[in-house]
Amino acid sequence: MLNTDYKDDILTVFLSGEIDHNRAVGIRSAIDSQINALRPRRLELDFSDVSFMDSSGIGLIMGRYRAVGLIGGDLRIINVPDNLNRIIELSGVTTLGVLR
Amino acid sequence: MNVINEMHIRFQSKSTNESFARSVISAFVLELDPTISELADIKTAVSEAVTNSIVHGYCRESGMIYIDAKITDARKVIIKIRDKGIGIKDISRAMQPLFTTAAEEERAGLGFAVMQSFMDDVKVRSKPGQGTTVTLTKQIVPLR
Ligand SMILES: Nc1ncnc2c1ncn2[C@@H]1O[C@H](COP(=O)(O)OP(=O)(O)OP(=O)(O)O)[C@@H](O)[C@H]1O
Ligand SMILES: [Mg+2]
Repeated sequence: MLNTDYKDDILTVFLSGEIDHNRAVGIRSAIDSQINALRPRRLELDFSDVSFMDSSGIGLIMGRYRAVGLIGGDLRIINVPDNLNRIIELSGVTTLGVLR
Repeated sequence: MNVINEMHIRFQSKSTNESFARSVISAFVLELDPTISELADIKTAVSEAVTNSIVHGYCRESGMIYIDAKITDARKVIIKIRDKGIGIKDISRAMQPLFTTAAEEERAGLGFAVMQSFMDDVKVRSKPGQGTTVTLTKQIVPLR
């Protein structure tokens, strides 16, 4: 159910569609089980195909920042579409230095 | 200011209804021919309020959520989202950015901040034990 890629110790997760509370719950546990199984040095969340996100998506980002941090890895948020810029900026995710 | 269209829906507090509510509200405001960003703003704000009713208002219990929406001849959209859940003790505290009572569920405490930034006006009425009503207002810009 989760589209991922694992190479050079980097776990890339390709998120898609609408990320709301309903979907965030499943995405969260799918990512966390991969983090625990692979223990990557970096988690990359690719937002290319995300058409909608509310604050549940922010919670998902913050939570994965902590989850990957716990195993000594870091987080990268990549390919954020223009329509998500406002919510990302409002959330303060920018100040974590994870946006690319 | 006259009301030119109006709708009322109610649905169960199931998380699958978050996207249902977004679809319904988009379809309803479409007659005003909003911009893509106006539409995204309204969908996001409604998603926040409905999610709050589900996760906070009714916690893990099931209840009904009510949406009443109006469009005025001044191209104003007024949307009321109501639940009969646990209610909010201190509204101004609840509305502060980053305040959450559900940090363990990975809530960021940003729902009200998003509603305020994406809509022109956000009003909250709530009583512990009786429920919460959030009223969202947005002026849709004149047709080009
Ligand atoms: N309908 C509601 N019923 C009861 N309490 C509510 C309701 N809506 C909001 N609250 C309270 O207000 C707080 C702040 O809400 P807000 O939407 O800003 O943040 P959140 O829901 O906790 O996190 P996020 O929206 O970022 O996922 C909630 O944690 C909750 O305590
Ligand atoms: Mg919320």
